[in-house]
Amino acid sequence: MSQATDSFFRLSLLRPGDWLVVTAAAALTVWLAMTAWTAGTPERAVIRLSGKIVADAALDHAQTFSIQGPLGITRVEIAPARARIASDPSPRQICVRQGWLTHAGDSALCLPNQTSVELIGKHRLYDSLNY
Amino acid sequence: MRIELHATPADHQIAKLTALAIALSLAEAAIPSPLPGVKPGLANIIVLVVLYRFGWTTAAWVNLMRVATGSLLLGQLLAPGFFLALAGALASLSVLGLAQVLPRRWFGPVSLSILAALAHISGQLLLVYLWLIPNASLANLLPLFFGMALLSGLINGLIAAHWLAAGQETAGG
Repeated sequence: MSQATDSFFRLSLLRPGDWLVVTAAAALTVWLAMTAWTAGTPERAVIRLSGKIVADAALDHAQTFSIQGPLGITRVEIAPARARIASDPSPRQICVRQGWLTHAGDSALCLPNQTSVELIGKHRLYDSLNY
Repeated sequence: MRIELHATPADHQIAKLTALAIALSLAEAAIPSPLPGVKPGLANIIVLVVLYRFGWTTAAWVNLMRVATGSLLLGQLLAPGFFLALAGALASLSVLGLAQVLPRRWFGPVSLSILAALAHISGQLLLVYLWLIPNASLANLLPLFFGMALLSGLINGLIAAHWLAAGQETAGG
């Protein structure tokens, strides 16, 4: 019995090609994880005023943009891998309450002040959204 | 009219192994799984052993009989689960057919087991994508499924390799 148990753990059960297959399969899994799980990571934040791009910021370091809209100043806060509308003069504060945007394709619109921020990833998921 | 069936010792052995594969499939169905489709696939140990002892054709018979009988006993015949099991079995058998030409000196049961496990999950996910969930978000689960396939393929392969090695020792070869 102990002999059988020993032989189970004997490395001779794994031949050289087996190691190759194990390594290749592990590499494939890691590559899949890296491609599949980083697809939704945002890379840039695009800030618009009245539909026109006023800033295109990489999401790699913290910075703040102040955009002058018809009602006043919209402050857009950029941080590594996320962005938010920090403050806005719009009456209902919808875009501010959305909080931090963290996925590619996420956007916050401050309609009364005509400002918006949209996160862009490696691939654009869609051109535009209609409601 | 009388029909006589002559079962050879090999027939008996194949029948026993098939019964064992069906039993493993049934036992596995009772194990709760955090994610549908993540199962150790213990019946594939039997398929590997049959492949080494009796060849690919017999291994294909054993595996397909296991899928049919297993789903019949679970009341799953012709339900989605049956087609997923069939897709997995067909994909893994195809890859086993190709992989068995690999030089035996370098590639043992563990290689075949891992390749079969990856083919199995690929076949199943392809069917899921084409038939049940045609959504790209399925890609998010790919690394998880492939990682589990690698792990279960490795363990099943080691068990099969051990089984085959033990069988050779008792047979005096």
